[in-house]
Amino acid sequence: MVEAEAALRALMLRSLEGDRRAYSTLLAELTRHLRAYYARRLGDAREDAEDLVQDTLIAMHRRRDSYDPGQPLTAWVYAIARYRLIDHYRRKKVRSAVPLEDAGELFAADAIEPAMAKRDVSRLLNRLPAARAALIRSTKIDGLSNAEAGAAAGLSESAVKVNVHRGLKALKGQQLAEAGEEEAE
Amino acid sequence: MKPTPHAPMDTDDLIAALSARLEPTSPRAPWAWLAIFVGAGVTVAFGSMWLRLGLRPDLAAAVATPMFWTKFLYTVALGGLGLWLAERLCRPGANPGRPARMLQSVVFGFLILAAFRYFSTAAPAKHAALMGHSASLCPWVILTMSIPILIGAIVGMRRMAPTQPTLAGFAGGLAAGGLAAFVYAFSCNESGMPFVAVWYTLPVLGAGLIGAAAGRLLLRW
Repeated sequence: MVEAEAALRALMLRSLEGDRRAYSTLLAELTRHLRAYYARRLGDAREDAEDLVQDTLIAMHRRRDSYDPGQPLTAWVYAIARYRLIDHYRRKKVRSAVPLEDAGELFAADAIEPAMAKRDVSRLLNRLPAARAALIRSTKIDGLSNAEAGAAAGLSESAVKVNVHRGLKALKGQQLAEAGEEEAE
Repeated sequence: MKPTPHAPMDTDDLIAALSARLEPTSPRAPWAWLAIFVGAGVTVAFGSMWLRLGLRPDLAAAVATPMFWTKFLYTVALGGLGLWLAERLCRPGANPGRPARMLQSVVFGFLILAAFRYFSTAAPAKHAALMGHSASLCPWVILTMSIPILIGAIVGMRRMAPTQPTLAGFAGGLAAGGLAAFVYAFSCNESGMPFVAVWYTLPVLGAGLIGAAAGRLLLRW
């Protein structure tokens, strides 16, 4: 990071002098950093992340004279990125109270939600032992009874019940731990 | 590449477009703009002071007194440090620590000196040292005159990038209040240090609060 800082700062100083090639290299480099930054914070909202990357690039461009050459460039970049993220959350909140005419857009956006939820579930299930994941799939998603699933897997009904219960509990624990890590960050 | 409804432009294209539009830029430009707009505000404040209140009649004699220069230096320090603080807060990631600490030292230092002066004043003269003859006027004049300067500061700061709009507005307000007090000092013939410590400092803080409210509303970007 220290090396990156020196290189990026040098590019920025040349950019402020009007060097367009240095500037496009700088923006491409910063885009990589910003993508990582927003991906970490937004998780699955990928499209929002790319939006925010572009938003931040434009903000940096328009206010590039607010960079003081005496300060670390990365501090400047991340302060702007953070501000754009806060602004993004604020606008999201406002958007949750859209006028009725715009409601169609909201429902349209909702149409992709179930698909994303399904993808999330299968990603989560992949973290469990295959046999246990298969049991959860057949009982909770495909809608088989514990007895039916047990017959298919060669297990008793109560063994299926215990397996499903433990599997769900493990997933919940992982989710909570991840959420906690993000908060702590 | 999959179509993304929210991002009509590819990021690489955006970078190319921004690069093509790059012009040389001076990092000192924000200071210049801030100075121009704040300077315009100070000019308006000075003009209205001259027209409505007039310079203090004993100005020529007063410049020979230490109290004139005490007021001069105190208000210039408040205005200048406030402006420096505002500038730091308008540069993302910049450290506002130094101007903030210096501003605190100036205010507390002045308050301590004034308190010392007040308590060493003989009892019959205490009231006059604190209240002067214009305690009910002075803070309001300073607060009023800070408004055009605050407008200038906000306009100048809007060109920059305050990531904490409320705090940046507060600093801009302190600067406006300090400079308004500086302008007012050319009209005000009070010479009690306790008077200045209270009736000059309070409207500067008031201007800071107005600036904070204005910043919250107007300095978002």
